[in-house]
Amino acid sequence: MSDVRPRIRAPRDAAAGSSVNIRTLISHPMESGTRRDSDGTLVPRQIINRFACTFNGRSVIDMDIEPGVSANPYIEFDAVVDESGTFEFTWYDDDGTVYSATHEIAVS
Amino acid sequence: MLTRRQTLAVGAGGLAVTMLPAVGWSATADDIIAAFTGGATPGSDGIFLDVPEIAENGNTVPVGVNAPGAEEIIIVATDNPQPGVATFRFGEAAGSHSVSTRIRLGGTQDVVAVARMADGSFVQAAAEVKVTIGGCGG
Amino acid sequence: MVSRREFLQASAAAAAIWGASGSANWGRLAAQQRLSQDDLLGRRTFGNVTLAHVTDIHAQTRPVWFREPEWNIGVGDFAGLPPHLTGKAMLDHYGVAPGSGQAYALAYPDFAALGQAYGRMGGMDRVATVLNAIRADRADAILLDGGDTWHGSMVSHLTRGQDMVEVMNHLGVDAMTSHWEWTFGQDRVHEVVAGLPFPFLGQNIYDAEWDEPEFDDYALFERGGTLVAVIGQAFPYMPIANPGWMFPDYSFGIRERRLQEVVNEVRAAGAGLVVVLSHNGFDVDRKLAGRVQGIDVILTGHTHDALPTPERVGQTLLIASGSHGKFVTRLDLDVRDGRLHDFRHDLIPVFSDIIVPDPDMAALIDRHRAPHKDALEEVLGTTESLLFRRGNFNGTWDDLICNAMLEERDAEIALSPGVRWGASLMPGDAITREAVFNVTAMTYGQCYRIEMTGEMLHTIMEDVADNLFNPDPYLQQGGDMVRVGGMGYTIDVSAPMGNRITGMHLIATGEALDPARNYSVAGWASVNEGTEGPQIWDVVEAHVRRHGTIRLDPNTSVTVRGV
Repeated sequence: MSDVRPRIRAPRDAAAGSSVNIRTLISHPMESGTRRDSDGTLVPRQIINRFACTFNGRSVIDMDIEPGVSANPYIEFDAVVDESGTFEFTWYDDDGTVYSATHEIAVS
Repeated sequence: MLTRRQTLAVGAGGLAVTMLPAVGWSATADDIIAAFTGGATPGSDGIFLDVPEIAENGNTVPVGVNAPGAEEIIIVATDNPQPGVATFRFGEAAGSHSVSTRIRLGGTQDVVAVARMADGSFVQAAAEVKVTIGGCGG
Repeated sequence: MVSRREFLQASAAAAAIWGASGSANWGRLAAQQRLSQDDLLGRRTFGNVTLAHVTDIHAQTRPVWFREPEWNIGVGDFAGLPPHLTGKAMLDHYGVAPGSGQAYALAYPDFAALGQAYGRMGGMDRVATVLNAIRADRADAILLDGGDTWHGSMVSHLTRGQDMVEVMNHLGVDAMTSHWEWTFGQDRVHEVVAGLPFPFLGQNIYDAEWDEPEFDDYALFERGGTLVAVIGQAFPYMPIANPGWMFPDYSFGIRERRLQEVVNEVRAAGAGLVVVLSHNGFDVDRKLAGRVQGIDVILTGHTHDALPTPERVGQTLLIASGSHGKFVTRLDLDVRDGRLHDFRHDLIPVFSDIIVPDPDMAALIDRHRAPHKDALEEVLGTTESLLFRRGNFNGTWDDLICNAMLEERDAEIALSPGVRWGASLMPGDAITREAVFNVTAMTYGQCYRIEMTGEMLHTIMEDVADNLFNPDPYLQQGGDMVRVGGMGYTIDVSAPMGNRITGMHLIATGEALDPARNYSVAGWASVNEGTEGPQIWDVVEAHVRRHGTIRLDPNTSVTVRGV
């Protein structure tokens, strides 16, 4: 799909050991597989079926996603940071495509 | 037979909710929860579910759940044709056991969150969200 | 905080004030034709802070007739409490003499007859005079506008609210919140707000994508040696009750927890008085007042209630200032040492024949009307019947609109939205185009005609009824029941959703609606994008022109149970 765009809102810096709030959005129609188009034809399912976030390689959250999640999936959660590093975000599409994003944070 | 979906699509100043029609087989909400808990009866303490009283738009209803100490949480929309919505597993770098997302609701129904705690027990919270035609506010 | 004892003292003091100077007597005085502007606006400055509140003006720049409701059913815990008292019950509750000016202003009985004695109410030039009088007492009175201001008339429709924006700027508003303003579209809201000389408040207006606050939560005012916080609360159900596609980037909701955080924030900032300028609707605010701590005053709106004394929930005063420019609330407050000690309240009736118009405001209003004067004043027909809308079920204006849709669009059943705005016309009045717009002006006024099954119609009726009669106020949207033409029904307001509506039948034949049969249905005000059809005001105009004289028989098509 051509128009899929991940976006992240998270702090750029934080105190060591603190919990930071992370919000993610990815533009995606989340075609449920049960919708019919104007001709009455079932539109094939194509959703983001999994999302994962790691910090410096350690898991923050891992989410299995069904068609009941809205288009443009929004996911908000918290991570604890004890050192500077990189968040890696990964979205898995039904069509096999993997979308990813990263976010750096400086911890002091 | 007229479905509620069709009614909503043409209602008097109807809300343009794209409902999920009941196509094909899917597990019931009870089945999904039972599979998650292994049949154990969940408690009700220590889990908090945050949903609006009325959905502004059934296509995108904000849901937040917080279950301190949870390892895994599922969200189920009891009356959706496919009730399972999402499963969250918290990792070692999780900063809380709280997560928010947005879900589709094909009509007024209960949203249920069930959490598996570190000791293997389960807790559950439910709240009704109203999905309405609307249109007469004055 | 204010103790219960202090509130009782305040109440007694307030009663004394009313007895001495104004509200209790102005009806009788008017009847004796001795009512003067000074009686209505008599000076009695109290305390150190004065609030003035107007709300739900619905773009009525000129005096109007406005009949208060006969039906305003309360359900659940709030049944039988104000504002759900109407007619004689309301007059008895407040000790108002039937036939007095106060009775005419506050209640429906004998409306047409009393109107001859007391005249039209409102007019923003008269409201300006009221404000001038309040400011002569207290120059720094805070004027707060509860919203539904830019919308509701032909001129505001044609100017996309510009006339009202300029009127309110001239009036010197200090802050406002919103509802129908959004039906001009989010771009128009942005355009106007960018030029407003005062804040457009809404702690519950969020951007839909990231769910972040998009407008000012509150405004702070230094008055009388104290800090006054005014928190805005926009209409919570915008994308449900009105077309969400007109403001797709925004999300609303009650957001009670967030409101508590904002109250705590302004208290921490030193606010001695916390005011919520609300467009929630009265019962939503009554519930909210019992759940959010630390609010001194809620200036309610949306449900168009006019209450001559404040309601109290715990330590919170609930003020209801009416609609369509009929009233201005003046609230004088004694705030010292970081808390409210006492107050004086007055619901000032804007009798247009008694209060002298402010010439500058009158000129401003005329300037906006001038380009449209001929179109506004063109007479389409005459009414022999009192035309009104307000009430839980069909008013006569609604009957006229439904009849127009049935005839002009050749439908079996007509549906008309249960909005609470719309000025009345007296028997014998000319029906001008402006009068038609006063009950139809809307940016989504297309009159559609579609086929619906009996089952579909039942589902719609049940859904709307639950938005009005759900026992939980947070699930009430504050409109009235959808108006119906060509079809009668019975409603049990205390039954659960799905079981309230029975006996749906076609009036023409008496036959029960068949759930499986298709019926031709005409309606307007669909919140769906792309609705097609002629504008409702053109449909009504064609109908009125064809009939010339309008006479409506009493509507007996709705049977109400469970009250």
